[in-house]
Amino acid sequence: MTIETRTSGRTGTGIESDNLVSVEGVEKTFRRGSEEIRVLAGLNLRVPRGEFLAMMGPSGSGKTTLLNLIGGLDRPTRGSVAVGGDRLETLSSRRLAAWRAQHVGLVFQFYNLLSVLSAAANVELPLLLTNLSRSERKRHVATALEVVGLSHRANHFPRTLSGGEQQRVGIARAIVSDPTLLLCDEPTGDLDRKSGDEILALLQALNTQHGKTIIMVTHDPHASARASRTVHLEKGQLMTEAAP
Amino acid sequence: MRFLRLLWGNLMRRKMRTALTLLSIFIAFLLFGILCIIKEGFSAGVTMAGADRLIVRHKVSLIMLLPVAYERRIAGIAGVDAAMHWTWFNGIYQDEPKNFFGSFPVEPERFLDMHPEYVLSDAHRKAWESTRTGAVVGKTLVERFGWKVGDRVPLKSPIWPRKGDGAWEFDIVGVYEGAKKGTDTSGFFFRYDYFDEARAEGQGMVGWYVVRVSDPNRTTEVAALIDAEFANSPFETKAEPEGAFAQSFIEQIGSIGTILLAILSAVFFTILLVAGNTMAQAVRERTAELGVLKALGFTNERVLGLVLAESALLACVGGIAGLGVAWVMTLGGSPVPSILPVFFLPVRYLAIGGGLVLGLGVLAGILPALAAMRLQIAVALRRHA
Repeated sequence: MTIETRTSGRTGTGIESDNLVSVEGVEKTFRRGSEEIRVLAGLNLRVPRGEFLAMMGPSGSGKTTLLNLIGGLDRPTRGSVAVGGDRLETLSSRRLAAWRAQHVGLVFQFYNLLSVLSAAANVELPLLLTNLSRSERKRHVATALEVVGLSHRANHFPRTLSGGEQQRVGIARAIVSDPTLLLCDEPTGDLDRKSGDEILALLQALNTQHGKTIIMVTHDPHASARASRTVHLEKGQLMTEAAP
Repeated sequence: MRFLRLLWGNLMRRKMRTALTLLSIFIAFLLFGILCIIKEGFSAGVTMAGADRLIVRHKVSLIMLLPVAYERRIAGIAGVDAAMHWTWFNGIYQDEPKNFFGSFPVEPERFLDMHPEYVLSDAHRKAWESTRTGAVVGKTLVERFGWKVGDRVPLKSPIWPRKGDGAWEFDIVGVYEGAKKGTDTSGFFFRYDYFDEARAEGQGMVGWYVVRVSDPNRTTEVAALIDAEFANSPFETKAEPEGAFAQSFIEQIGSIGTILLAILSAVFFTILLVAGNTMAQAVRERTAELGVLKALGFTNERVLGLVLAESALLACVGGIAGLGVAWVMTLGGSPVPSILPVFFLPVRYLAIGGGLVLGLGVLAGILPALAAMRLQIAVALRRHA
């Protein structure tokens, strides 16, 4: 695996733009029984390539929902989400899955590692969907674990790793296929301050040294301070933007 | 293959549950194998029956005798190529009821001509023809009692006592083998002339006839001609194809196929519920992980395939082990040779077993797999959070 150090984006399949992510008039509603809950209400957001964006807001403000829409994990009720020129709402379920595998790295609050697999096998998961040979996959995994500083823990299972180490494995899994975009949902939310700082430093390094575009949902102002820009959501709408 | 580690890891997540489910599947397929062995043992006569052979017995019952003089008359009927007689001797070795086996007085030359499935060397054939008390014995029976050519074997028959003290003595002059795997090699055949002369009563009477027809397509017609030949005589006959005769013989203890089907249906239905429950629990427990796999780019179809593969792997490990142990059991020969002289697991039953293993795997996994396929990523991740 080559973790690229460029800041310029890949050539998109559709519209070329400086913005890697373009969210236009997005609405998202959920049904709970007969009640319709509007989580996002006509939201617009643009994220330039190479940016480290923090999204803050109270619980229920729609941060994770917006992150899921940008990552192609869910579909908007109305509006459009385009990433690198690909309009996600137009992709079939199968193509969307392939798109995710190729272009998005996901980092979760609770790491979401598969407990039955070693750290290396967890990192290898996205590569199982590629045509890479076993030795190539092994090489990519070793590089990703080296980037997050966990080469020495490759054969350990998640239950034997600390929270910080598990999150590093999660990040290695997110970057192993060299995606354009990293989406992090409260990556430090389950960690102590020291481990959280290490994770944030790692994300910052991925952004500045390897040119990854990062969108991070967080409640923690200390975490958002690491980002190059912070947006606030409230009741499904973008309220303010702030630079660090 | 690249997903094998993931599949196996998932199965090993709850070792006790997986072990118990595997054990259930193992037992079910071991039982399947054993029942198939039993069925094959009982129906070997049907399977190995000659298509061109008829059995002619007394119209009332198999235990009633027919005159030996019928042989020449049967042989003279149009469409009959050859005829020879058999008689049930019911020999018991060393006066022990458990040492019972099929034993029959026959005429050597005609017997061997009629039954090419019994393979006897020329030397043993000549020895049999020249030894009045000679007997040829199947390989399985020889192994069962540790006999060898040259041994003198005493037998008793509750049906046919010998003149004098009632005990019979035979000299083993040959050992026959089966031409095919399913051929019964547990028989004991000796000469009819010796038997007829020495038996205390019933001279000139035989048990039944085996008739070879010239044209296998005319067996029904020839059977009717034979029965017509002896109609309204003191010894009326019932002629039928050898396969039908063997089938009716084993059905005296019930329809083996129906019994087998009933037992296996109950067993497999239960196993289906057990395996299905295991898979449903396994999938329910890792909703979040399935959501993560989808988030990483696994398509719905691939997730469906993974769950089905996991279910199939579970069924395969348990099922193949069960079938394998059943097959290994046959290598040591029949534990009850007097009841099941033919004791092996035919390849066709192994193939059916293999099909059932896969069927079980797919059926047990299909509902959980569909649920996993339909799982929405955001919902799965939210549930975990």
